[in-house]
Amino acid sequence: MSGFKTLMAKAIAFDRANVDTDQIIPKQFLKRIEKTGFGKFLFNDWRYQADGNLNPDFELNKEENQQAAILIANENFGCGSSREHAPWALMDYGFKVIIAPTFADIFHQNCLKNGLLPIALPKDQVRYLLDSAKVQPYQLTIDLAEEKVTDNKGFSTEFTIDQYWKSMLVNGWDEIEITMQLDDKITEYEYAIR
Amino acid sequence: MGKSIIEKIWERHLVHQEDGKPDLLYIDLHLVHEVTSPQAFSGLRVKNRKVRRPDRTFATMDHNIPTDNRNVINDKVALNQMTTLEKNCRDFEVPLAGIDSPDQGIVHVIGPELGLTQPGMTIVCGDSHTSTHGAFGSLAFGIGTSEVEHVLATQTLWRTKPKTLKIDIKGERQKGVSAKDIILYILANYGFDFGTGYVIEYSGEAIREMTMEERMTICNMSIEGGARAGLISPDETTFSYLENRKYAPKDEAFNTAVEDWRALASDEDAAYDRVISIDTNDVAPMVSWGTNPAMTSKVHESIPKLADCETEIDKKSLERALTYMGLQEGQKIEDIEIQHVFIGSCTNSRLEDLRQAADIVKGRQVHPNVRALVVPGSQQVKWQAEQEGIDLIFKEAGFQWRESGCSMCLSMNNDIVPSGEHCASTSNRNFEGRQGSGARTHLVSPTMAAAAAIHGHIVDARKLMAAETVQ
Ligand code: SF4
Repeated sequence: MSGFKTLMAKAIAFDRANVDTDQIIPKQFLKRIEKTGFGKFLFNDWRYQADGNLNPDFELNKEENQQAAILIANENFGCGSSREHAPWALMDYGFKVIIAPTFADIFHQNCLKNGLLPIALPKDQVRYLLDSAKVQPYQLTIDLAEEKVTDNKGFSTEFTIDQYWKSMLVNGWDEIEITMQLDDKITEYEYAIR
Repeated sequence: MGKSIIEKIWERHLVHQEDGKPDLLYIDLHLVHEVTSPQAFSGLRVKNRKVRRPDRTFATMDHNIPTDNRNVINDKVALNQMTTLEKNCRDFEVPLAGIDSPDQGIVHVIGPELGLTQPGMTIVCGDSHTSTHGAFGSLAFGIGTSEVEHVLATQTLWRTKPKTLKIDIKGERQKGVSAKDIILYILANYGFDFGTGYVIEYSGEAIREMTMEERMTICNMSIEGGARAGLISPDETTFSYLENRKYAPKDEAFNTAVEDWRALASDEDAAYDRVISIDTNDVAPMVSWGTNPAMTSKVHESIPKLADCETEIDKKSLERALTYMGLQEGQKIEDIEIQHVFIGSCTNSRLEDLRQAADIVKGRQVHPNVRALVVPGSQQVKWQAEQEGIDLIFKEAGFQWRESGCSMCLSMNNDIVPSGEHCASTSNRNFEGRQGSGARTHLVSPTMAAAAAIHGHIVDARKLMAAETVQ
């Protein structure tokens, strides 16, 4: 995983609440044994019509919403199943940042583990961003080091992120590698509980 | 001040603490299944890493396993996932209850059944319903595939101490009200995300009177309220359930373990970040009518009206849900017609659930418009039910009697609800498309599912119960 410092990219509005991971990546696509290639199945049931054609009314299919790397959504994004295929699919499609008022726990963590940055902002700010992104082109700059989100119309706000996760993301570290440096302590613990 | 069981388990599992970092927790038991593990094992291979504690790891296949004929697996991709798990378990020496094992079943059913799940443990699995194991007084939560790999390699996880939420469940249950109704009632009243960031401890007299099966049903759906884990302090009911289970301690070791487990229960004066209190007297059989588990009402009520929504977001969600479900605002719940019935899933597929459903079904016939399935949670449950003749009750009534697996809970195998049709299901999620593209799910208890199978529409199961059980 490479490091994440700043990102300037197109942001699009996904004005829905309680988007669950069953929708993000429906179960029929969980049978693969790789981590890649899930992007074409992202939001499958909403994105495609029964005949396999793209659903023209779906947010991601709109011409002006192509090539976006930032998704702005409503509360409780990523609820439901623990499938890590959800962040894999979002990333494979091209998203690097998700902004929402709240995220479901497991999804939030799964994002961080894969370098997909979940940013929680207050409701009124998300509302502003959603409304702004409905008029394209709309760009946001995400500065992870400074913990800031700014747009091209003068809006700017700070967000908070757990410092541990921030350093993992900025440096692109492998968490298992770090834990393995504590091998002695784990062995010591195992010895004590034997 | 005293401590809650959550704090006690946390302290016992601390491997490493450092400022500015989450705590490093030791994991006692890691359960593995075919869908969320392949990428984790390949991660180990790439880095030339081993499974640190195969003896603390246990695998089974449940999610996409066929439940009709097990000898024929037509789905090549699913088959590949199963053979991949077999190979991974062989290569990394992880014990596996595979497709031919008498121990095979839904991972959250077999853990307790085999006595792998024990009080005071930290238990993880790449599945959000790992919270089920909390019924035994263990801290059990779902993890993603990266963390599956992390646990395989290190037997630990980095975790920030969660907030604690106590749900006190008081009062005496009315007859005909099940544990499933109680947890659906909690979700209906507090919503789908009230538990986010918390570990829930369920307590109170109603919990103490519950069997282990009922406690598992409650803990199972903690995640539907946003909480990763939900648990219950262990007591005599817990201990007697575990005695003589395959992997539970035996003889003297069992007695010693029980002493230790007893000390884990939350202290009287333990403090919590939040406390909620529920009166079970107010709970009736519940039915979900929408597209998340909190969109649930009592069976004799009606679907809410758009005009009654408090916020614009609520109104929009209700509109979307009604469109998807093909239902009208204000429609009576008992008027919802049902074409499919699914009795199964890690929420309600244990022997007790099947017995309760069979009591309703006995001597009656499945409605001609309904396809009804019973999918036991494990091969052991199936076998025991067959010893009791429960399978015959279902079969004579027109139910299909299947092999164990997740089946129509998430419809990864061939058990699918066709688009636009309604299913009364004892599972835990009613999201759009969960039981098949366009499928319309109604979450209910086993008795309510059985009653819907007989009538072809939602009906209060108490009307079908023998007079003496309802009073
Ligand atoms: S039965 Fe359903 S909820 Fe339970 S583990 Fe299987 S798919 Fe998940």
